[in-house]
Amino acid sequence: MAFRVVHYINQFYAGIGGEEKADYQPEIREGVVGPGMALNAALGSDAEVVATVICGDSYFASNMEKAAADIIEMIKKFEPDAFIAGPAFNAGRYGTACGAMCDAVSKQLNIPVISGMYPENPGVEMYKKSAYIVETPDSAVGMRKAVPAMAKLALQLLKGETPEGYIERGIRKNKFYDKLAAERCVDMFVAKLKGEKFETEYKMPTFDRVDPQPAVKDLKNAVIALVTSGGICPKGNPDHIEASSASKFGEYDITGVMDLTSEHYCTAHGGYDATYADQDADRVLPVDVMRDLEKEGVIKKLHTKFYATVGNGTAVANAKKFGAEIANRLVADGVTAVILTST
Amino acid sequence: MVKEIERKLPVVHMCTIVPISLTVGANRIVPTVAIPHPLGDPSKTPAEEKAIRRALVERALKALQTEITEQTVFTE
Repeated sequence: MAFRVVHYINQFYAGIGGEEKADYQPEIREGVVGPGMALNAALGSDAEVVATVICGDSYFASNMEKAAADIIEMIKKFEPDAFIAGPAFNAGRYGTACGAMCDAVSKQLNIPVISGMYPENPGVEMYKKSAYIVETPDSAVGMRKAVPAMAKLALQLLKGETPEGYIERGIRKNKFYDKLAAERCVDMFVAKLKGEKFETEYKMPTFDRVDPQPAVKDLKNAVIALVTSGGICPKGNPDHIEASSASKFGEYDITGVMDLTSEHYCTAHGGYDATYADQDADRVLPVDVMRDLEKEGVIKKLHTKFYATVGNGTAVANAKKFGAEIANRLVADGVTAVILTST
Repeated sequence: MVKEIERKLPVVHMCTIVPISLTVGANRIVPTVAIPHPLGDPSKTPAEEKAIRRALVERALKALQTEITEQTVFTE
């Protein structure tokens, strides 16, 4: 008998819709939907996709606990032997949802869980311990590579073979050695002193953290700047900031602007439903409220410029570069502190 | 972006998906309303919406005025 697999995909891959349908509530359908067809083919005769869970990315992100609990109930009825989510490529919310579902299924149903993501997808960092995640390219162009790799890994896990081809999970396993730990440690140390190669038994995690700055002491005399990854820009997007994978940020003067109206401002972001931001960009970048606070003397001044880019599949290296450059300009302009909004 | 700004200036991250902000490494975090409208709620009247936005921005300013030693989510 073939192993039973339940597959998880988002509203986009189910063909239900894009961002305007990202609030789609979870449902389960018998059989394959969308990329499940290729997955089922790749699984061959050993395993079969018996059902597909579909959930909107925004719905999942906004209701993580409830969504996960509801989906678990739906999945149980199909008595799966394994759970496969995605591939999510470099889609942040989708990757997070895939990872969170893998985590929940693994803990509650105790079956193998597999996903596929681009290494920079935040879902990898958050859930690589919970799931076997196959490394995929950053966009759906890589579907043909991702799906067979995920199927292969799933079959290895289902058959109890040694799994291969997944992103390192950082899980420690017990292993027996002839030499004591103290001896091995000294061996490594000596090798290091000699400049020889040695392999650590426990890699230290790389924490990329920045210490918090001291608090703002005197708000009444503070100049506050607004920065956003939500893509707010003057109508028409004069700098042509890309709707995804942004390669630049914009700097916009708001001297005398009291309110971001639909007549003059919009969003360039292609990763969320732009309806609400286009109607009133203050919903993403709170210029109107900052002006009130300025008038009331709560803060000294709203900085004359705001900075915006699109945080949608944007390369970490680019985001880093934008942040550093924006910070330099803000410091040069005498800004005290920053409010950064994200969608 | 938040981290690079934090190297130079105090910054507060206002966002809806707090787990991502924590993973990325923001230090001062204020949770917001929803992904497509973090600082608004289209289901409310414009006045109510602005009041929600004001309360969230005031929380952000409070976060900026709070000394912290580790990542902190400001839920009130």
